[in-house]
Amino acid sequence: MYNETVIDHFNNPRNIGELSDADGVGETGSFKCGDTMVLYIKVKNERIEDVRFQTYGCGAAIASSSMLTEMVKGKKIDEAMQITNQEVADALGGLPPLKLHCSNLAADALHNAIIDYRQKQGAS
Amino acid sequence: MQNQLVYMDHGATTPVRKEVVDSMLPFFQEQYGNPSSLHTPGRKVRQAVDEAREKTAQALGADPEDIYFTSGGTESNNIAMRGTAKNRSGGGHIITSSIEHHAVFDVCRDLENEGYKVTYLPVDQFGRVSPEMVRKAIKPDTFIISIMAANNEIGTLQPIREIGSLAGELGILFHTDAVQVVGQLPVNVDDLNVDFLSLSAHKFNGPKGIGALYVRKGVKVDSIYRGGSQERKMRPGTENVPGIIGLSRALELAVSDIPKKKKRLEALRDELIGGLLRIDDVVLNGHPEQRLPGNVNVSFKHIEGESVLLSLDMEGIAASSGSACSSGSLEPSHVLSATGLDQSTAHGSVRFSLGWGNSKEDVDYVLQKVPSIVERLRNISPTYHSR
Repeated sequence: MYNETVIDHFNNPRNIGELSDADGVGETGSFKCGDTMVLYIKVKNERIEDVRFQTYGCGAAIASSSMLTEMVKGKKIDEAMQITNQEVADALGGLPPLKLHCSNLAADALHNAIIDYRQKQGAS
Repeated sequence: MQNQLVYMDHGATTPVRKEVVDSMLPFFQEQYGNPSSLHTPGRKVRQAVDEAREKTAQALGADPEDIYFTSGGTESNNIAMRGTAKNRSGGGHIITSSIEHHAVFDVCRDLENEGYKVTYLPVDQFGRVSPEMVRKAIKPDTFIISIMAANNEIGTLQPIREIGSLAGELGILFHTDAVQVVGQLPVNVDDLNVDFLSLSAHKFNGPKGIGALYVRKGVKVDSIYRGGSQERKMRPGTENVPGIIGLSRALELAVSDIPKKKKRLEALRDELIGGLLRIDDVVLNGHPEQRLPGNVNVSFKHIEGESVLLSLDMEGIAASSGSACSSGSLEPSHVLSATGLDQSTAHGSVRFSLGWGNSKEDVDYVLQKVPSIVERLRNISPTYHSR
């Protein structure tokens, strides 16, 4: 049911873990199926310098989190804000239809991390 | 990398034994007559079907006239429940459990929509229905009780004999979905006091697409189908002859193997359970003793079942899960929820179901692979880190 790219990202997820000095942290989850993602970003000159993730969920949830971190590393935060869940699924070469709704939430976690970063900027 | 195949999903289906395949083969190209035909080829096949019915009945301690061949467990359950309800068209009350297979559960939901009343009995933390609860749920218009003999996910055995005698005492019909039990544990319809019993061949090393329904003599059931007079109109349509032959042979073999198979599987099961529980934050689902000989169901906390299954598959281990992501719905299994398991622990459930082909080496291999799979997935999980 999963293609090779998805399996590769599931088996060898990129950028796992936490960033203790993160500039922004975003979380998202699907209450129904229980998936949870936490995304940490480090920002320098308005670019995402480093990114890490932690995910609880199925193969699709883990693979899409991993793919997202690859897509945003080095990107300007304004551009990163535009990334959609659909683009993450496309980059993975597609996901089973059911998974598009419940497990493909990585972009939401990223957007939340960027919002968190901007709020912290505004506060300081 | 795909290593050796360790198949631990016998609760889903089993391989067909060679003796069973051999028994079926003549009925494809040599003895292909229609058992309803008057001519010699037809009559020969009729005789083979009759013999298969006798063997099947004998394995269950039943009368051959009380055995109806069907397409499997789902159809048997539908015929028993819908057929009984149809016979009493005036409505009435049904008692079942909250952990039935969808082939009973969803039929009861339908009957509810059609005006019947249904009580879905709760279960305890181990997934057991109590006979006392059944007694308390009985109403003056209760006409059937349907409780599965063993649960397919968590393997919990139900007190069928006690519920059966209670039902018999009060003159209420009793159906049991015994799909997971037949061929694994001794089953005798009189001993269990059942009026209906559903079984499916592919769960005991028989072919898929064939099952049977036992209906006690004198019990009134309306046919839910219209067609020919096969299976005394209960299941019209030309008989699946190779399937019927295969079912009866598989059942005969499975029943004669029960004494040694049960012991062997229970030993493997307990070793696997013991090994899995040595991993941190793992809980056993189902009953510690009252469970199917081959059923192991555990929840790995902080990780999700489908990701465990995928990782196991890459190591050549076939298992299954009651998690939402692997069930094709977004909800975790209704069975695990009914035992009171919290949602996130239910999502981390994995079932290993052992069968005839499994060995101690298989158990050792699984126990060697699982800890690193669990550790890897926990390292990715936010809930593990924030403990």
